[in-house]
Amino acid sequence: MTTPLKARGVTVSLDGRPVLRGVDLDVAAGEFVALLGANGSGKSTLVRAAIGLVPMSAGSVELFGTPLAHFKDRTRLGYVPQRSRAVAGVPATVQEVVMSGRLSHRRFFGRRSRADTVAVAAAIERVGLAGRTRSSLSDLSGGQQQRVLIARALASEAELLVMDEPTAGVDHDNQESLAELLGGLVHDGASVLLVAHELGPLRPLIDRAVVVRDGSIAYHGPVDDLIGEDHAHVHTHDAIPSLPVGLTGEGVWR
Amino acid sequence: MIQLLDYDFMRRALMAAVFTGLAAPAIGTFLVQRRLALLGDGLGHVALTGVALGLVTGVAPILTAVVVAVLGAVLIELLRMYGRTSGDVALAMLFYGGIAGGILLANLADERATSLNGYLFGSITTVSDSDLRLVAILAVVVIALAIGLSPQLFAVCQDEEHARVSGVPVRAYSILIAVLAAVTITVAMRTVGLLLVSALMIVPVAASQQLTRSFRTTHLAAMVIGLLAALGGVVTSYEINTQPGPTIVMIALAVFGLAALVAAAARRVRAHRRTAEIS
Ligand SMILES: Nc1ncnc2c1ncn2[C@@H]1O[C@H](COP(=O)(O)OP(=O)(O)OP(=O)(O)O)[C@@H](O)[C@H]1O
Ligand SMILES: [Mg+2]
Repeated sequence: MTTPLKARGVTVSLDGRPVLRGVDLDVAAGEFVALLGANGSGKSTLVRAAIGLVPMSAGSVELFGTPLAHFKDRTRLGYVPQRSRAVAGVPATVQEVVMSGRLSHRRFFGRRSRADTVAVAAAIERVGLAGRTRSSLSDLSGGQQQRVLIARALASEAELLVMDEPTAGVDHDNQESLAELLGGLVHDGASVLLVAHELGPLRPLIDRAVVVRDGSIAYHGPVDDLIGEDHAHVHTHDAIPSLPVGLTGEGVWR
Repeated sequence: MIQLLDYDFMRRALMAAVFTGLAAPAIGTFLVQRRLALLGDGLGHVALTGVALGLVTGVAPILTAVVVAVLGAVLIELLRMYGRTSGDVALAMLFYGGIAGGILLANLADERATSLNGYLFGSITTVSDSDLRLVAILAVVVIALAIGLSPQLFAVCQDEEHARVSGVPVRAYSILIAVLAAVTITVAMRTVGLLLVSALMIVPVAASQQLTRSFRTTHLAAMVIGLLAALGGVVTSYEINTQPGPTIVMIALAVFGLAALVAAAARRVRAHRRTAEIS
C-alpha cells in the first residue's frame, strides 16, 4: 500500500517571512497522526502546503505516491479547514454543503448519483445532525456548523482525512462520538492527520504525535510521552535529542 | 395586455425582458454567495467603455460592450488572484476606469450624450430583431451554464479552498463566473441600462433569500422574481408612461420589501408559538 502522505523538506514563506523550514511529515496507511504546537507555529500552513493550498518554496509532497502537482485522484482526500467561513452570502442547507464534499466523485455536468445521496445522508447522520438536514447553515450554532464541515469531509469517503482543529467549539459528547467515528474509519484502513490543541477523547486513537514549533518539528513520537491531558511535558528519552525550550510549563498547545 | 402584444416593438421588449429577468439573477446568485454583489456594477461601468468604443468605431455597441466587459471581468479576477489588490479595491478601479474611458471615448466620437443615454438607462422599446437575437443567445448560454454547473459554482462560491482540495479548477470557475456576469450585463444593457443592470442581478436574490433556506430554492426563486419584475416593469412602464429600466428595478425592490416583511412576520409568529409552547 502506498503512503498516503509523504512530505520532505517542506519550506514555506508567507509575506517574505519564513513560516516552515524544511519540515518532514509522513502519514502511513491506517495511521492517526496528531499535529500539535502553539498558535502561529505553522500547523495549518503545514497541512495546507501538504494538500496544495499554500505554495512551497522548497521541498516535495507526495500523496498516495503521486507528486502533489500531478495528484488527480481527489476522492481519496478529505479536508476540514480551520475556522472556515462556512456561511456564505446565500443560504444553503446542511445537505447542500455536505453534498459539495462529493464533488470529486462527480463528472463535469454530471447529475448526483444514488451513491452521492446515500453517502451524504450517512455523513450527516454520523455527525449527529440527521434531524437538521434541511436546516439552513446559518441557523446552526458554531459547533454544529463545525460538525457540518466534518460531515462534508466524511462524505467524500476519503482514505486520507486532513482535519485542522475539527473539534474546536464542539462539545464533549460530540467529540466522543467523533472519536468513535474516526476510530472506526482508521480501523477500516483510513488515515487521519489531525491538528488539535486539546486532544480530549481523541487521545487514545493517536498513533503518533508531531509537535511543530516555529516552523520546525520539535518532537515526534508516541503521544504518551506528552504527559498530562492538556499541558505538555515532552519526555524525550530516545530519538529526539533535546527538550524543546518552551514546551514545558503551562499549556503550550492550549 | 392583448392590445399591448399588437405592437412589434412591445413583443420584442417583452421577449427581451423574459431573457434578462431570468439570466440576471441566475448568475447574480453566485455573485451574492461570493459576496461580490458589486461586481456587476463595476462591469457595467466597464461595458460603458465598450459601448462608447462601438459608437466610435461604428461596430454594433452591444458586441463591443460584450468584448470589453468580458476582458474587464477576466482582468479583475486576475487582479484578485495574483495581484496584491483586494477584491473591493480592484472593483473600485473598474468603476472609475470604466466611466472615465466611456465618457472620454464618447467625447472623441463627438457623440451627443443621448446616444449613450440609451445604454445608461436602457431603451427596451427600441430593441431591434438582431439585438433580440443576440440577447436571446447570450441569455440562454448564461442560464444553461449557471444551472448546469451549479454544483461546481456553488462549491467554489461557498468555500474556495475546500473546492480546490476536491479538485475543482477554482480559477477557471472564478473567471467563468465573472465572464458570465459580464455577458449578462450586456444582455441586460438594453432592458434596464448599465446603471441599473446590477440591481436586476442582486435584488431578486436578496428578495428570495428572505424566504428560503436552501441554495437551490433561492436560486430558482430569484429567477422567478427577476422574470416577474422584468415583465411587470415593461407592462407598467407602458401603462403609466415611465422608463422601463427604473420601473423594473422599483418592482424588484418592492418585491424585496414585501418578502422582508413576510419573513419578519413569520419569524415573529414562530417565536410567539415557541414561547407559548414553553409557558
Ligand atoms: N496568509 C498569511 N500571510 C502571512 N502570514 C501568514 C498567513 N497565514 C499565516 N501566517 C503566519 O504563519 C505563521 C503560522 O501560521 P499557521 O496558521 O500555520 O499557525 P497555526 O500553527 O495553525 O496556529 P493556530 O494554532 O493559531 O491555528 C504565523 O506566524 C502567521 O503569522
Ligand atoms: Mg491553525
